[in-house]
Amino acid sequence: MNAIAGLRDLLTRNLRQSGIFIALIAIVALFAALNPMFLSPTNLTNIVLQYSYILILAIGMVMVIVAGQIDLSVGSVVALTGAVSAVVVIRQGMPWWAGVLAALVVGLLVGAWQGFWVAYVGIPGFIVTLAGMLLFRGLTYVVLDNVSLSPFGVPYYDIANGFINGLFGGYGYDVFTLVVFAVAVVGYAVSQWRTRRGKIAYQQTVESMPLFVAKLVVVAVAVMWFGYQLASSRGLPIVLIILAVLVIVYALVTQKSVFGRHVYAVGGNLHAAELSGVRVKRVNFWIFVNMGLLASVAGIVYSSRVNGAQPSAGNMFELDAIAACFIGGASTSGGVGRVGGAIIGGLIMAVMSNGMQLMGVSQAVQPIVKGLVLLLAVAFDIYNRRRAATLR
Amino acid sequence: MSTILEMRSIIKEFPGVKALAGVSLDVTQGEIHAICGENGAGKSTLMKVLSGVYPHGTYGGDIVLDDKVVEFGSINDSEHEGIVIIHQELALVPYLSVAENIFLGNERRGRGGLIDWNQTNSEALELLARVGLDENPVTPVNQLGVGKQQLIEIAKALSKKVRLLILDEPTAALNDTDSEHLLGLLRQLQAQGITSIIISHKLNEIAEIADRTTIIRDGKTIETIDMSDPASTQDRIIRGMVGRDLENRFPDRSSVVGDEVLRVEDWNVFHPTQVGRKVIDDASFHVRAGEVVGIAGLMGAGRTELAMSIFGRSYGRHITGRLFKDGKQIQARNVAEAIEHHIAYATEDRKVYGLNLIEDIRRNISSAGLGKLAPRGWVNGNEELRVAEDYRRSLNIKTPNVTSVVGQLSGGNQQKVVLSKWLYTEPDVLILDEPTRGIDVGAKYEIYTIINKMVAAGKAVVVISSELPELLGICDRIYTLAFGRITGEVPVADATQERLMELMTIERDQPLPTKENAS
Repeated sequence: MNAIAGLRDLLTRNLRQSGIFIALIAIVALFAALNPMFLSPTNLTNIVLQYSYILILAIGMVMVIVAGQIDLSVGSVVALTGAVSAVVVIRQGMPWWAGVLAALVVGLLVGAWQGFWVAYVGIPGFIVTLAGMLLFRGLTYVVLDNVSLSPFGVPYYDIANGFINGLFGGYGYDVFTLVVFAVAVVGYAVSQWRTRRGKIAYQQTVESMPLFVAKLVVVAVAVMWFGYQLASSRGLPIVLIILAVLVIVYALVTQKSVFGRHVYAVGGNLHAAELSGVRVKRVNFWIFVNMGLLASVAGIVYSSRVNGAQPSAGNMFELDAIAACFIGGASTSGGVGRVGGAIIGGLIMAVMSNGMQLMGVSQAVQPIVKGLVLLLAVAFDIYNRRRAATLR
Repeated sequence: MSTILEMRSIIKEFPGVKALAGVSLDVTQGEIHAICGENGAGKSTLMKVLSGVYPHGTYGGDIVLDDKVVEFGSINDSEHEGIVIIHQELALVPYLSVAENIFLGNERRGRGGLIDWNQTNSEALELLARVGLDENPVTPVNQLGVGKQQLIEIAKALSKKVRLLILDEPTAALNDTDSEHLLGLLRQLQAQGITSIIISHKLNEIAEIADRTTIIRDGKTIETIDMSDPASTQDRIIRGMVGRDLENRFPDRSSVVGDEVLRVEDWNVFHPTQVGRKVIDDASFHVRAGEVVGIAGLMGAGRTELAMSIFGRSYGRHITGRLFKDGKQIQARNVAEAIEHHIAYATEDRKVYGLNLIEDIRRNISSAGLGKLAPRGWVNGNEELRVAEDYRRSLNIKTPNVTSVVGQLSGGNQQKVVLSKWLYTEPDVLILDEPTRGIDVGAKYEIYTIINKMVAAGKAVVVISSELPELLGICDRIYTLAFGRITGEVPVADATQERLMELMTIERDQPLPTKENAS
């Protein structure tokens, strides 16, 4: 296979994923052209900080959606877990890690509660989490006694606002950040190389060597450029580390673990999964527990980001997270969707919001544009699927 | 008598299957015309072409109606010409009333475009009278039995000013009284000048009602015979349907029967929702290594329910009875446990219960035996691909590669994916529920060959089938099931279709025959 044909194959083979990726690049290019500030180190850092909690929610949401369910309660859970954390840290004066721990425990309990109703009582996730949306919002008011709490103080505040900077020194840019990114690039290259060798050992077709190297170089350049931008700004955001770890772990869990496979099997055909020995109830239960856990992580990040807890926090977050999944190629009927896709979908929304804010687009126009993008993305997806069906 | 409809060398292809390879059909005005053929011969496909379900351009050949070539783009176009098809699976909306169903998509509008309920209900009442139904038009259809629902479908057709009525297996789900009534109704409609095409497996029914019969085999027209001709016997129809290669429909096998692998004793199962309804009544049977055991039974006898309740209690409640595997009593309380005991069950409805249609071949094959690919919880993707390739080669799954989506395969190839999936779990007992339903004759032969390979490898195979010739062709022993009871056990050497049919129709309160035939 020559390089050009190989490249075409790479792009068409997974048009759904690559199409959305190309869209992200196009949007970034558009805003970069419209406003030179957009690609500045400070702004890139801001995008990561501003939308990290939506991306965290999208990771859990995509698993829920793949399993054929939906979770409408995550915005309320973000508020509740942040509130619990605020009560522990601010009102009780306990250390920052106690707040984190309390929030995580509450998230797990919330997940177990919803998982129980979905899996063992058999109520659709839509209903259970619609109830949860009201329930946990109300509980947030109870926990906070109808008032806002702030501020958290430094160690907690740094979760979403802190940077690792100056650890190895540097001359106007942070060496540590660059080292971390370099390690990530090398790790990526090694894992790609091992995958390729494994495929060759099993006599599968792989892309040609020049194309393989070119792909690695493109990724390496893009990642290192991004790393350099961060390094020359404020350093490595702590929240970016959290996000990267979550993305890697959940990408592996969904694509390579037995549990991940079972999630896809349940979403693709519940009856067939059941008759293949998949314990469907258990899968549904753990999906919601996991969503609760990730919602509490998002709750911690968000409360840290705004340095306090309000009863109305996290309002409409669930819709942003759901939109990210669908823009990223998940199917409304379940069985289809990827963590990587949801992240790209979330980034598209993040980049658009940020770009529009930067250009001073009015608050009224922003949701209109977001809504249209969601529609177009899914329409594009349906168009692709039909075309694939006629091509077969 | 003029010809109302002519279909000229119709060709219809699906990915991987040629469903129709040049079928011709001519129907005379005012006759009842029967179409006969085996499962998968192409009868239903032909009728879908005629009614516009498959629009013009997706098939080859011409449809000529009243001496004019017609090109139907949708089912609305054919209904506009007075052609109405009633499918095997009834298309009524269960919670809507009789009248609402009759006029669905064809509503009687009054002033301002709103539905005129008085006109709707009174016209519905007239139509119900024409089909001989005495029901209130506002009754929801789910409160009526299948027989009456079938008549409502006909009333719905009449409301569309039908000239040519197509019925796909109209009596398959009906009891004898309802069937009689339906056939009588068809004769009345004939007297009113309505032409009917009836697809049926029931040859005595065809002999009773049809004026002419067209026989289809492997997507081709074999012949059209006049039923008033004394030479048009049921035997002749069967010969036409089955073809001269009747001798070679089943691959040869010399059975080497070993030890008992699975024994089921005093198995009782109750209906999951209808309290007190016993679905399986004291069933006992066994199967030995290297043996193919058949389970014959009419629709509703409890064949699938028996198999699924054994397979990890996937069906029913209050299940009692004992399971023995290799002589030891076992528990299989869920599917995972059944798989651990090396029991496998391939469902009769592969699209709903067997396959993840949006997933690729590889991941469908690995789905039941995923634990073998993931010793520490992480799936070895390369090994998975190798396994899938192995099965693609050994079971001859016709596909460019194993990453193709299963939903795009033909029925026969999908069935091979289901079998691969279960073979990968290394079963000792395979329960195959209607393994050749809806697949073409060539693929059937391949499935039989695979079954033979399984038993040659020492596995025990249980085949559930509603096609008696199939059971007679591939089994060593056949159990008959009627109303949830095992009513007989016949070695294949002593079995005939008539003998099996006798045992399959023993009613609930009739005594069982003494075990003269037990092996």
